[in-house]
Amino acid sequence: MYVHVPFCSVRCGYCDFNTYTADELGEGATRASYADSAIAEIRRAAAQTGPRTVETVFVGGGTPTQLAAADLVRILRAIDEAWGLAPDVEVTTEANPDSVDPAMLATLRAGGFNRISFGVQSAVSHVLQMLDRTHDPLRVPEAVRWAREAGFEQVSVDLIYGSPGESMDDWRRTVEHAISLEPDHVSAYALIVEDGTAFARKVSRGEVVMPDDDETADKYLLADEMLEAAGLGWYELSNWARDEAAQCRHNVLYWTGGEWFGIGPGAHSYVGGRRWWNVKHPAAYAQRLAAGQSPEADGEVIDADAARMEDVMLRTRLRTGLDPAGLPAHDHLIEQGLLEPVATKLVLTKKGRLLADHVVRELT
Amino acid sequence: MTPPTPSTPPAVGSTPPGLLRNFCIIAHIDHGKSTLADRMLQITGVVDERAARAQYLDRMDIERERGITIKSQAVRMPFRKSDGDDAGTDYVLNMIDTPGHVDFTYEVSRSLEACEGAILLVDAAQGIEAQTLANLYLAMDADLHIIPVLNKIDLPGAQPEKYAEEIAGIIGGNPDDVLRVSAKTGQGVEELLNLIVDEVPPPQGDPDSPPRALIFDSVYDTYRGVITYVRVFDGKLSHRDKIKMMSTGAVHEMLEVGVISPEPVKADHLGVGEVGYLITGVKEVRQSRVGDTVTSNARPATEPLGGYAHPNPMVFSGLYPIDGDDFATLREALEKLQLNDAALVYEPESSGALGFGFRIGFLGLLHLEIVRERLEREFNLDLIATAPNVVYRVELEDGSEHVVTNPGDYPNSGKISKVFEPVVSATVLAPSEYIGTIMELCQARRGQLVAMDYLSEDRVEIRYTLPMGEIMFDFFDALKSRTKGYASLNYELSGEQAADLVKVDILLQGEIVDAFSAIVHRDNAYTYGVALAGKLKELIPRQQFEVPIQAAIGARVIARENIRAIRKDVLAKCYGGDISRKRKLLEKQKEGKKRMKMVGRVEVPQEAFIAALSTGDGPS
Repeated sequence: MYVHVPFCSVRCGYCDFNTYTADELGEGATRASYADSAIAEIRRAAAQTGPRTVETVFVGGGTPTQLAAADLVRILRAIDEAWGLAPDVEVTTEANPDSVDPAMLATLRAGGFNRISFGVQSAVSHVLQMLDRTHDPLRVPEAVRWAREAGFEQVSVDLIYGSPGESMDDWRRTVEHAISLEPDHVSAYALIVEDGTAFARKVSRGEVVMPDDDETADKYLLADEMLEAAGLGWYELSNWARDEAAQCRHNVLYWTGGEWFGIGPGAHSYVGGRRWWNVKHPAAYAQRLAAGQSPEADGEVIDADAARMEDVMLRTRLRTGLDPAGLPAHDHLIEQGLLEPVATKLVLTKKGRLLADHVVRELT
Repeated sequence: MTPPTPSTPPAVGSTPPGLLRNFCIIAHIDHGKSTLADRMLQITGVVDERAARAQYLDRMDIERERGITIKSQAVRMPFRKSDGDDAGTDYVLNMIDTPGHVDFTYEVSRSLEACEGAILLVDAAQGIEAQTLANLYLAMDADLHIIPVLNKIDLPGAQPEKYAEEIAGIIGGNPDDVLRVSAKTGQGVEELLNLIVDEVPPPQGDPDSPPRALIFDSVYDTYRGVITYVRVFDGKLSHRDKIKMMSTGAVHEMLEVGVISPEPVKADHLGVGEVGYLITGVKEVRQSRVGDTVTSNARPATEPLGGYAHPNPMVFSGLYPIDGDDFATLREALEKLQLNDAALVYEPESSGALGFGFRIGFLGLLHLEIVRERLEREFNLDLIATAPNVVYRVELEDGSEHVVTNPGDYPNSGKISKVFEPVVSATVLAPSEYIGTIMELCQARRGQLVAMDYLSEDRVEIRYTLPMGEIMFDFFDALKSRTKGYASLNYELSGEQAADLVKVDILLQGEIVDAFSAIVHRDNAYTYGVALAGKLKELIPRQQFEVPIQAAIGARVIARENIRAIRKDVLAKCYGGDISRKRKLLEKQKEGKKRMKMVGRVEVPQEAFIAALSTGDGPS
C-alpha cells in the first residue's frame, strides 16, 4: 500500500511531487479532513481487490508528518481492517526532521509504524537554502535519536546531491553527517531539474547553474565509497542498506514488478496488469470520494511488451541484477565495463550504475 | 447609351481569337496574387464564394502551407464586358498562374510566353520586390503588355502614391494610370477585368498551319497520368490527333483535350490562342517537358516555338535514409517524385559515413526542401540531407577536367590547376538606410558590386555578382535579419569564376566523415573549420567514449575539439508513481535514437548534418 499525503509547510522549488501548502488548497481538502477521504478510498479499494494481505505500507508525500499522528494511525488501522496487515508488515512514514517531536513519534510507533525515513537532503545550510528546505541541520540528530527512543526498528535518511553551489566538500560533509546518524538505510539522489518546477524556471533564466555532470558523477562515487566503508551496501543504484533486512521492502516491491494500491491524490496503483492514477488535486479527490465516485483520473493496461520493458528498466537498477536469458545482445556492455556477470545474473558495475539509463536503453 | 446585347458564351476550345485574352499575374509571394485570382474566379462566376477553397490555384498541400505557388496552372474564365463600346460582349480570359520563386525562373518564362499580357501586382504597403522586378523584366522581354496594379489599398499602411510613382519609374507611363484595387474586398477588380479586355492584345496565329502549342506546365496525376498544359499558337489540336513532341520526336496518342474552368471540361479541339490541357497517357512529366512544342504527327510543323531549354540542377545534396534498410523505399519514392518533377535528377552514391543514398540535383534550395519534405511526409522516410553544394569545375595539372557535384570527390589539392565556381548576378531591393549593412554582408560573401540605383528617394536597387556557393544556405536569412525584413532578393546564374577554393574535412575519432566535407574559399577555411568543429561539439551528444573532432585541409589540421566521454546519465528516483512516466520517456528516447546515425561508433543526430551549413557567419 502506498498512501500519499499531499501537504507541505512550504513548497520546495525543485520538487515535482504532487503536494500543496495549506494556502494553495480550497474547500473540502483540509488537512483535518484528509484522513477521512483516504479512509473512504481504502474502503472502496478493498471492495475492488477482494481479500489480500498487506505486506508493506509506505506513507509518503508531501510531508506525512503535516498530518496529526493520530490521523496517520487511523489510516493504518483502516488498511488493517480492510485487508489485514501481515505479521511482519513493514510500515514506513516519511518525515521532515523539523516536523516531529517525541510524543508524535511515540504515537506513530504505538500505532504500528516501524520504519521512518527522514528527509535530511544536506547537512550544509547554503545547500538546504538552495533546496528551499526549512529545517535546521543541527536538529536532525535529535530527531533521529527520538525515533530510536520511540522504538523505530528502521531509520532511513534521504540525501540530495548535485545542487547548484554544492562543493565536493559540502557533499562529503553531508555524507559524513548522514553516517554519523548511524542509519539503517540511506537514499541519495542526484538533483534533477523537473519541468514545470520553480527550480526549472530559475535554471532556464540562468539564475542558478546546475553543476557539471562529471562532478555529479564524482559525488555519487564518493557517497558510494563512504557508505560502503560505513557498512551500508548498495542494493539499488541510489539506495544503500546496512543489511538485507534494512532494505526498504516497499520499494523493492516496486522494483520487482509487485502489485500495489496507491491511496491519495495523484497516487498510482498497479493491480492485475493495469496501472492507474488518481486525480491530482486534493479538493477534486475529496469531492469524488464524498460523492461516492472513484478518484481515478486515468490509467493504462501494461501489456506483455510494456511489462517486459519495465521489468528490465527496474531490475537493471538492482544489485540482484538481471537474468541474462531473453535479453538482447549485451556482450558489448560487459566489454565496456558497464555490466558484469555475478553468479547467474548480470549486475551493473560501478561505472554502469552511473550510466544505468544507457544500459537500460541497450537492453530494451 | 444603348443597352448591351447579350451574346452567347464562346464555345470551349474554339473561341474566336479576338475574344480571347491570355494573361498572368506577376507578384511577390504575399502581395495577394492568390486572393486576386480567387476574386476574379468569383466575379466571373467560375467559382462561387462558398465553394471557393481558399487560394484555389495552389493545389499541393505543401504549397498551401508555405503560401507559395510552385506549379502553374491555367483557369478559363468567361467574362461579359461591363463597360466601353463592347459592353455586354462575352470574352474568355485565360489566367495562367506563374511560380513565384527564384528556383523556378525557367517555368516562369514559359508561362509568360503563353500570355499576351501580365498584371504587375504590387502591395501598396510594401512596394515592388526583387523577384517581382526580375519577373517583370522577363515579361517585358517577352513583349507582354503590362497592367500595373496596386493591391491592398484598404490597408492602413498603404502608400499608393509613393509606390505608383515607383512603378511608373520602372515601367514608364503615368503614376495615375496605376490601377488601385483591394483583392480582399473586391474593390477595383471588375474594373481590372474590363481593362484586361481593353488593353491585352488578343492572340494571333495562323488557324490553317500545322498545329504548334507550347507546353507551359506538366503535372502528374495518379489517375490520369501526365496532364500537359498548353497554349496553342497555330492550327488546332484535336482529341483525335496523334501528337508529336518536337524536342524528341516522340509520338503519343491523344486521349483527351480540354480546358480548366476550374474543373476539367472536355473539348473537341483547342484552336489558335486557346489555353487548355492534353492527356496522352504518358506516365512521366519528363516525357512532356515544359517549354517543348507539341504538334500533330500527321501534319507536323517544321519549326518549334523558340526558347526550349533543359533545366539544369544548380544545387546538389546527398540524401540518405537513417535506417539503411530504407534505401529501396527511398529509391522507389524518388522514382515516383520524378514522375511529377522533370527537374529532379539523382543517382545512387555511397558515403563512408552514411552508407547508401542518392546524390540529388535540385533547381535551388526551395526545391531541395520541398523534395525532402515530400519524401519524409508522403513516404514516411527519415532522411539525412548533407550540406548542399554547388557544382564546381576543376582543371587538373594533367589537363583533364572534372565536374564536382560532391565535395567528397574533390581532387587532392596538389593536382589541381584551377577551380571554377558558379556565380550569380544578384539584385537586392531595400530601403536606402540599409545600404551599408547589405554591402557589408555581400562583401563578406565575396561579392562584387556591379551597380546601385535609386528606385525612389528612399529605395535602392543594389546589384552584386556573388559566388553561388556563398548565398546558398543562409544568405537570404542574413539579409532579412540585417534589414528588419525589408530587403528582397533575386538572383540568376551568370557564369563562373576562378577561385581559390579548398576542401575542409571533418574527422571524428581520426576518421574523415565524408558527409561533412565542404568546399570553401581558402580565406574562410580556418573560420569555417573552427566554427563547424565547435558546432558539432555542441550537437553530438557525449558518448560512452571520448570523441575527438578535427577540421582539416588535406593533412593539415586547422581546428580541434573534444567531446568528453559521458560519465553519468540520469540518477533519478524511480518509485511507483514514476514507473509509467519513466517507461514512456524510455520509449521516446529509443525513438530518438532511431533518428541518430551511427558514424563509425559515434551516434550523430540528424540535425548535425544540417547544422554544418549554418556556420557561415561564424558560430551561432
